[in-house]
Amino acid sequence: MNIAQDIREILGSNEAFSGKADRLSEDDSLFDLGLDSFGSVQLMLALEERFNIEFPDELLNRKSFSTIRAIREAVSTLIQQEAA
Amino acid sequence: MSTLAARAERAAAVAARHADAVDREGRFPEEAVAAMKAERLLGLQIPGQFGGEGAGLTQIAELCSTLGQACSAAAMVFAMHHIKVSSLVTHGLDSRWHGHLMERIAGEQLLVASSTTEAGIGGDLRNSLCAVETTGDCFALGKDASVISYGAQADLILATARRHPDSATSDQVLVALMADQISLVRTGDWDTLGMRGTCSDGFRLEARNVPLEQILPKPFAEIAAQSMLASSHLLWSSVWYGIATYALDRARAFVQADARRRPGQVPPTALRLAEVSNAHQAMRGAIVSALRRFEDAHGDADTIGSVGFCVMLNNLKVTVSDMAVDIVRGALAIVGLAGYRNDTPFSLGRPLRDVLSAPLMIGNDRILANTAKLLLVQKGSGQLMSA
Ligand SMILES: Cc1cc2nc3c(=O)[nH]c(=O)nc-3n(C[C@H](O)[C@H](O)[C@H](O)COP(=O)(O)OP(=O)(O)OC[C@H]3O[C@@H](n4cnc5c(N)ncnc54)[C@H](O)[C@@H]3O)c2cc1C
Repeated sequence: MNIAQDIREILGSNEAFSGKADRLSEDDSLFDLGLDSFGSVQLMLALEERFNIEFPDELLNRKSFSTIRAIREAVSTLIQQEAA
Repeated sequence: MSTLAARAERAAAVAARHADAVDREGRFPEEAVAAMKAERLLGLQIPGQFGGEGAGLTQIAELCSTLGQACSAAAMVFAMHHIKVSSLVTHGLDSRWHGHLMERIAGEQLLVASSTTEAGIGGDLRNSLCAVETTGDCFALGKDASVISYGAQADLILATARRHPDSATSDQVLVALMADQISLVRTGDWDTLGMRGTCSDGFRLEARNVPLEQILPKPFAEIAAQSMLASSHLLWSSVWYGIATYALDRARAFVQADARRRPGQVPPTALRLAEVSNAHQAMRGAIVSALRRFEDAHGDADTIGSVGFCVMLNNLKVTVSDMAVDIVRGALAIVGLAGYRNDTPFSLGRPLRDVLSAPLMIGNDRILANTAKLLLVQKGSGQLMSA
């Protein structure tokens, strides 16, 4: 499973990133590039579905979704927790 | 040294004296705003290093409520000014230009207006059509601003716009435009049922050759999530609480006068008064607990920007705006004709018309629809005290 690639693919379905998701760096601020709160809700739902995880409330904040790196780290942690 | 409460009371007394004329003539509450400036209330939130008093949102909320009991329009002007100032204080500290602006707001008691609403967008704060157009170190901006409260009276306007003509509608910035840098052509008159004194006319706003440094350094997405959503809903709610309190006080005085005339009996209207007072207490509880949660977050961006916090603020706005209308209507039912008439000490026409704006000021259905989306991911906490 290539988490980063899956995240880019999901991001690509957001209006603000369509066609640009592959060119984003790990640390580009997604909010600066136009991700809004509803975009992040959609992103979260898609991640929960794709990786079969649930984001707990304490991760439902801007920081967790601010960059591809932050999302990847949150997703990896949650996948490990689910597996444990 | 005069306490903040005493300064607010003095400004509120001036506001109350002119409230009927402001409403009747649909004019700016200039006497009340002059009194706010004389009491130096416009710079309260500005940090001490810039010449202000570093007041928190809870203190501003208390003042909104005090002023709301006197003149809804003046209170809303005060609230809207401080909502804008809270964005400057939260996001402008690292910018030399905005630091200087804060000094001027505190020193000269400048009045700040807001332009988010745009023709073709309505109350959807997080989208803009207009865009900043950069040439060299300067930018130009043209906006069909369908509502700018006291746009003609403000010393500066904070306006949302897309970052660039090619940006997505949600990729916004917030720009500070001084009155002498813009032209405002009136495109719509504010001839409304209530809140007539906010003078929220429509304008075509044009700005040219504005230095780029006047754009707030943070993206508007962050400004909205970390300061504006909270300050708007908390301060608007406090104004509506003030209006509801005024109505409850009229109803209480009316019932008590009746009771004094008929010793030994409880007037039948007292039962309705009990009902309205019950709702008023619940409304107060909702606002106070939201203010506490805000203060407890100590400005932590992750907490204030979280889904749970946003849901809480949205719920506050919807609940309080509806309750405020119910309370004023309930008070009118108690007072009866004496409240329906415009010429008695119990008149409730003006507060009723004013408070009817509350559910429309960012339509409650629009807010509920936003909350509905957030609820698709929010998980419950099940705790009484911590969420
Ligand atoms: C006293 C007062 C002062 C104001 N001052 C300012 C100011 O200084 N600056 C400024 O920029 N704006 C100001 N506004 C405007 C305010 O911020 C909102 O933009 C405005 O109230 C929205 O008006 P609207 O009902 O025409 O627009 P819309 O937001 O277009 O809403 C129209 C209707 O559609 C409903 N609706 C919208 N979206 C949805 C949805 N997704 N689901 C279900 N229903 C939906 C709404 O609930 C509403 O009933 C002020 C408003 C008031 C009342």
